[in-house]
Amino acid sequence: MPAVSKGDGMRGLAVFISDIRNCKSKEAEIKRINKELANIRSKFKGDKALDGYSKKKYVCKLLFIFLLGHDIDFGHMEAVNLLSSNKYTEKQIGYLFISVLVNSNSELIRLINNAIKNDLSSRNPTFMCLALHCIANVGSREMAEAFASEIPRILVAGDTMDSVKQSAALCLLRLYKTSPDLVLMGEWTSRVVHLLNDQHMGVVTAAISLITCLSQKNPDEFKTCVSLAVSRLSRIVSSASTDLQDYTYYFVPAPWLSCKLLRLLQCYPPPEDGAVKGRLVECLETILNKAQEPPKSKKVQHSNAKNAILFEAISLIIHYDSEPNLLVRACNQLGQFLQHRETNLRYLALESMCTLASSEFSHEAVKTHIETVINALKTERDVSVRQRAADLLYAMCDRSNAKQIVAEMLSYLETADYSIREEMVLKVAILAEKYAVDYSWYVDTILNLIRIAGDYVSEEVWYRVIQIVINRDDVQGYAAKTVFEALQAPACHENMVKVGGYILGEFGNLIAGDPRSSPLVQFNLLHSKFHLCSVPTRALLLSAYIKFINLFPETKSTIQEVLRSDSQIRNSDVELQQRAVEYLKLSSIASTDVLATVLEEMPPFPERESSILAKLKKKKGPGAVSVSELEEGKREGGELNGGSDRGADTAAMAASNASTPSPQADLLGLRSTAPVGSAAPSAGSLLVDVFSEAGPATPSAAVNDDGFLRFVCKNNGVLFENQLLQIGIKSEYRQNLGRMYLFYGNKTSVQFASFTTTVSCPGDLQSHILYMQEHFVEPLVEGGAQVQQVLNIECLTDFCDAPLLNIKFRYGGALQNLTLKLPVTINKFFQPTEMASHDFFQRWKQLSQPQQEAQKIFKANHSMDTEVLKAKLLGLGTALLDNVDPNPENYVCAGVIQTKNQQVGCLLRLEPNAQAQVLSHTHTHTHTHTHTNLYSCL
Amino acid sequence: MMRFLLLFSRQGRLRLQKWFTPTPEREKKKIIRDMTTMVLARKPRSCNFLHWRDLKIVYKRYASLYFCLALEDQDNELLALEILHRYVELLDKYFGNVCELDIIFNFEKAYFILDEFLMGGEIQETSKQIVNRSIEASDMLQEDDNSDWYEVELFG
Repeated sequence: MPAVSKGDGMRGLAVFISDIRNCKSKEAEIKRINKELANIRSKFKGDKALDGYSKKKYVCKLLFIFLLGHDIDFGHMEAVNLLSSNKYTEKQIGYLFISVLVNSNSELIRLINNAIKNDLSSRNPTFMCLALHCIANVGSREMAEAFASEIPRILVAGDTMDSVKQSAALCLLRLYKTSPDLVLMGEWTSRVVHLLNDQHMGVVTAAISLITCLSQKNPDEFKTCVSLAVSRLSRIVSSASTDLQDYTYYFVPAPWLSCKLLRLLQCYPPPEDGAVKGRLVECLETILNKAQEPPKSKKVQHSNAKNAILFEAISLIIHYDSEPNLLVRACNQLGQFLQHRETNLRYLALESMCTLASSEFSHEAVKTHIETVINALKTERDVSVRQRAADLLYAMCDRSNAKQIVAEMLSYLETADYSIREEMVLKVAILAEKYAVDYSWYVDTILNLIRIAGDYVSEEVWYRVIQIVINRDDVQGYAAKTVFEALQAPACHENMVKVGGYILGEFGNLIAGDPRSSPLVQFNLLHSKFHLCSVPTRALLLSAYIKFINLFPETKSTIQEVLRSDSQIRNSDVELQQRAVEYLKLSSIASTDVLATVLEEMPPFPERESSILAKLKKKKGPGAVSVSELEEGKREGGELNGGSDRGADTAAMAASNASTPSPQADLLGLRSTAPVGSAAPSAGSLLVDVFSEAGPATPSAAVNDDGFLRFVCKNNGVLFENQLLQIGIKSEYRQNLGRMYLFYGNKTSVQFASFTTTVSCPGDLQSHILYMQEHFVEPLVEGGAQVQQVLNIECLTDFCDAPLLNIKFRYGGALQNLTLKLPVTINKFFQPTEMASHDFFQRWKQLSQPQQEAQKIFKANHSMDTEVLKAKLLGLGTALLDNVDPNPENYVCAGVIQTKNQQVGCLLRLEPNAQAQVLSHTHTHTHTHTHTNLYSCL
Repeated sequence: MMRFLLLFSRQGRLRLQKWFTPTPEREKKKIIRDMTTMVLARKPRSCNFLHWRDLKIVYKRYASLYFCLALEDQDNELLALEILHRYVELLDKYFGNVCELDIIFNFEKAYFILDEFLMGGEIQETSKQIVNRSIEASDMLQEDDNSDWYEVELFG
């Protein structure tokens, strides 16, 4: 155990940590911790008041235990007590504990806020900084509410110490990020912007983070910062390395501030003012020039700091995308880095060049580095660098180099790391399609892809090749021939069988003239793979067989024989059995004409955005594939597919043709159109709608409250469901507190990107209920996955409106926006109250003043079944009182609504009138406007 | 901004965790597990940057400890490496030849030093002198708790 070095040693703490370290097993550790917890608990509960030092020591031990990964359920109060100590160390430990173990316990938050308030007004800079740190660390809404107006004042006050200004700036930034609505800059704006001129570099460094964030949100209000930032940058760039004293980092003047200034400028277009722009260009040139100078130090810190500025300058140049000269210089600089001995620089250069490749000015310059990049893909030892190289090759690909790049990527795929194969496959597929001049090359490439990396070829990829083959009649013969040859391989991937089955089923006739690929040979080849395949593929093959019967009548008896065999017609899989039975029947009863009509060749597919591109975008997250690229993809895709667009009736036609039924259709939720007179009732249209962008879920901003009413009387269930998304709710309420679990289920097989949920309170609801999001949802929801979110709700006073839940996500590139009413209604906070008949009517009479009483007559929408009604009233949360009302037909309920501020007793009487289906409804109450709110629930 | 900073040993034992945005405990545990397995699996002389979810991970090993920092998309990786380095320098200055044990036994100090330097996931003060001076000043306060606050000139 080392001696505790400085400051105040807490010997007991050191001993405890040492004990824990000496524990031989997890069990021993837990035992030691439990012993310590018991000790601390007894100390905290003991009669003897603890002195500050002991309290600090125990709180610190608790913190240690928590950081080891154990739960702590006490000690918060003692930590809060430490905050008001005027001994620095005690206060500091108190704040540390609060910062690490934030608790939504509102009692405590109020005490904490009080302590913070005292420290903020103490005018002691050290205390003020501690308090500001705590606010920034916790960053909760309650804190924002308490301090959002105070902190800007501290930030711009003339007499605030520099260190406090720095903390205040970053604290305000934190609050702005959590609760932008509470941070009102307005009058402070110009004074905050002028912090860029502050003579203390530390203040500028801290303030600029705040200014950058505010500029991103309100560019117009902050645009004066551009010229200030340029002049500040210019002063730093032109300063000698010793001018800035301690802000020079390993001979680089103010690297952090320089980078932040360059980052701030990226929030804006190039300056319009010629002088400002000239000065900025000069800065950027100086930065590029400095990169060529010999280093002032051999230390990696020097080169990192220097290059950090260089990369940030290059980002700005790329952002402006208007100075060809600078762009080309940037590109050359990155080219140098591509061959640098530092792996980090090679990595960053590859990454940065990706964005440069999309600029028209520098695209050609980037392309000159193709050999280096291909070499990187082959030889880099680090997979993350190879990944960047693959990204860059994809970005620099165009018609002139597509064949080379695709070939390199394909050969890399054979040895590629598993983690990046799927993405590589998508990239190859997209490039092959986008830049295909002749379709045989395209077909070859995709079949190669399946051969090399079949496991990573997703459905979208093989759907797409089929779609293209069907739309281009000049490639069909070649495709049939190639796929036939590919299937000759003794072991070929199941995806190859799928493509082969589909294409031969459609176009096998084009190669049937050759005796080596006669109909029967084709059939036998396909059927030799049948037993090795999964159910969906077998189903597809069965459809190919029935198509064969139509294409080649001579195969009919052989195929019927196969269909008739027990392994088909009695297959335990329902789908396969059904297909076998129906196809067999179809082939034996339908005339040749009928057969030819039903099994006609697939019509061309309507033109749509390549779903592969959409998938890649989803994989990479939004923004990874630029809009222009997407549009280009569309345009080029259009050329490739011959641009036939027959719109909606194509789908109908395909369905009535029922050409190739597939169970995949079900997975995609497209089981909509039943084929007319078809052999396979379950046939959706396999490919027709595969590429459609989530037809069902039309983005709607309107509030959807279908599910809402059903939740008035129950706490769990499905709040919302469409073809994409299911939202389930489980909730529990105790007194004035509630907890709601929201389950978001992705019903599709593809990822939702940018998935965000926000809860808002319309109108003045915010002052009536509090909610706190405990768990934020990941921005990506995988296909078939379910994510959970927890909301804590507190009822402050009675309320009427429900909070709104807004869900946004991207599905297949289209933004889905959904707003739902969250089923939080006043009756959720009911506590049932039992009382006898006598009590009930006594209170009923007491509460008979006009404002305490409300009555409503309404027509029952449903028949009034006693049990149903009883269940509903219980679900409402009140106690149903039997034998209270003299009229047995009436229902009588009592309950107390628990809000934070008060408890509101409610008595309720329901007088159903069965004949007229009318319920008259009396209702008495200790408080006025809760009536309205409750009625809205009823 | 930075999202979190983790310090862990070669055996994957967590030594310090700093979360700059509110993160539920379960999520923290998952992230810690992901980070340690991912970073510890890296071969020596690999590059110091990784992509993970929508974040950039920058890590560096100092003696027996890995320092691992998560950045948002627009942050600068190279400077992040220097943030780690600056933190190590500050720890070194404070403890005098800092080692893993110093951080284990004086974890609260390691947090305080970090707080002097970073706040809310942004860099607060880049000058080593100023940060050191304010750490020393707090230590002086600790030794002499009865002094009158208002007379302590902290950043003169």
